[in-house]
Amino acid sequence: MDRLLTILAWFSVLLGVLVLTSVRRAHIRVEYSVSWLGAAAALLVLSQNRTLLERMAVSLGLADGAVALLTLAGGVFLVVLYRFSLIISRLKDSNIALVQRLAILEFRLESIDEEAQAAGN
Amino acid sequence: MKLLILIPAFNEEGAVGGVVQEVHAVMPGVPVLVVDDCSGDATIQNARNAGARVLGLPAHLGLGGCVQAGYRLAFELGYDNVIRVDGDGQHDPRDIPKILEALERHNCEMVIGSRFVNGGSEHTGILRAAGIVFFRAILRPILGRPVRDPTSGFVGVNRTALAVFSRTFPLEYPEIEALVVLQRKKFRFVEVPCRMRPRRTGRSTITAVKSLYYIVHVMLGVFVNVLKFEGRRK
Repeated sequence: MDRLLTILAWFSVLLGVLVLTSVRRAHIRVEYSVSWLGAAAALLVLSQNRTLLERMAVSLGLADGAVALLTLAGGVFLVVLYRFSLIISRLKDSNIALVQRLAILEFRLESIDEEAQAAGN
Repeated sequence: MKLLILIPAFNEEGAVGGVVQEVHAVMPGVPVLVVDDCSGDATIQNARNAGARVLGLPAHLGLGGCVQAGYRLAFELGYDNVIRVDGDGQHDPRDIPKILEALERHNCEMVIGSRFVNGGSEHTGILRAAGIVFFRAILRPILGRPVRDPTSGFVGVNRTALAVFSRTFPLEYPEIEALVVLQRKKFRFVEVPCRMRPRRTGRSTITAVKSLYYIVHVMLGVFVNVLKFEGRRK
C-alpha cells in the first residue's frame, strides 16, 4: 500500500509539473489547466494524508486506502475527460460554422467584385 | 422557381469538370455550384473552367459539412429548390429533370434519386449493397414506410427542407441521418428511379475498414435523432 501511495504521489507531482510547464509555454490555456491541476493536487494531498485517506476508504466502503484513492482518481480523470469531450465537440461545431461562414463570405465578396468589374466594362 | 445544382467535391479533378458540363447540357441556364471541401488538386480550377461557381471551403469538413455549406449559401441566396449531384460522376445528370419534376409534382420536401426503385443495382458494391439492406430494415419502422435507397446522395430538396438543413445537417455520413431529421420534422420524401454509373476517377471514401465504423456511426446518429423524435406524419 505504501509503495502504491508513493507512486501516486510522484504521479500527481509529475502531472502538476507537466501541466504547469504546458501552461507556461502556452500549450494549454489556463482555464483548461484548472481541472488537471485540481486533480493532481487532490491526488497528492490524499496520498500523503493517511487519516483523510482512511476516512475516504470507509465512506466508499473499501478496506484499502490506496484502492480507494485509485478509484477516486479514476473517477476524477473520467470526469475531466468527459469535460474535454464536451469542449472539443463545441469547438468542432464552432470551427465548422466558422469555416462555412468564411467560405460564404469569400464567395459573396468574389460575386461583388465580379459584378463591379462587369459594371466597369 | 429558383433552382440550384449543388456538387460537393473533394479531390475530384478528374471528374468534376465533366459532371459540370453534363449538368449544363441537361439544364442550360441553371446555376451550378461546386462546393470544394479543401481539395489538394485542381478540382476548383477544373470546376471553374467548366462553367461552375465555386464555394471553396478553407478547411476540410467532410461530406456533411461540405453539403451543408452549399445548403446555407443556397438558402441565403433565396433558392427554392436545390438538387445535389455527386462530383465523382456516379450520378447521371440526365435524371435531374426527373427529380425536379417530382419535387414540384408531389410538393414534398425531399426527393431521392434511387437506384433500386426499378430494381437496378448494377454499380453497387457488395459492402454497400449489404449496408443498404441493413439500413432499409432499420429505417422502415422509424420512417413508417420503406425507403429503397437510403444511402443515395442524389437528392433534391425544397426551400422548407433547405431552411432546416442549413441549420441542422448530419456531418460525416449525412444521407441516412438526414432522412431521420426529415421524419422528425414531419417532412415527406419520395423516391424516383435514377441511373447510377461507376466512378469516373479516384476511389470511394468508404473502404472495407471504414464500413464497420460507418455502420456504428450512422446507427448512433439515427438513435440520437430518434430520441429527438417529434411524431410521425400521418
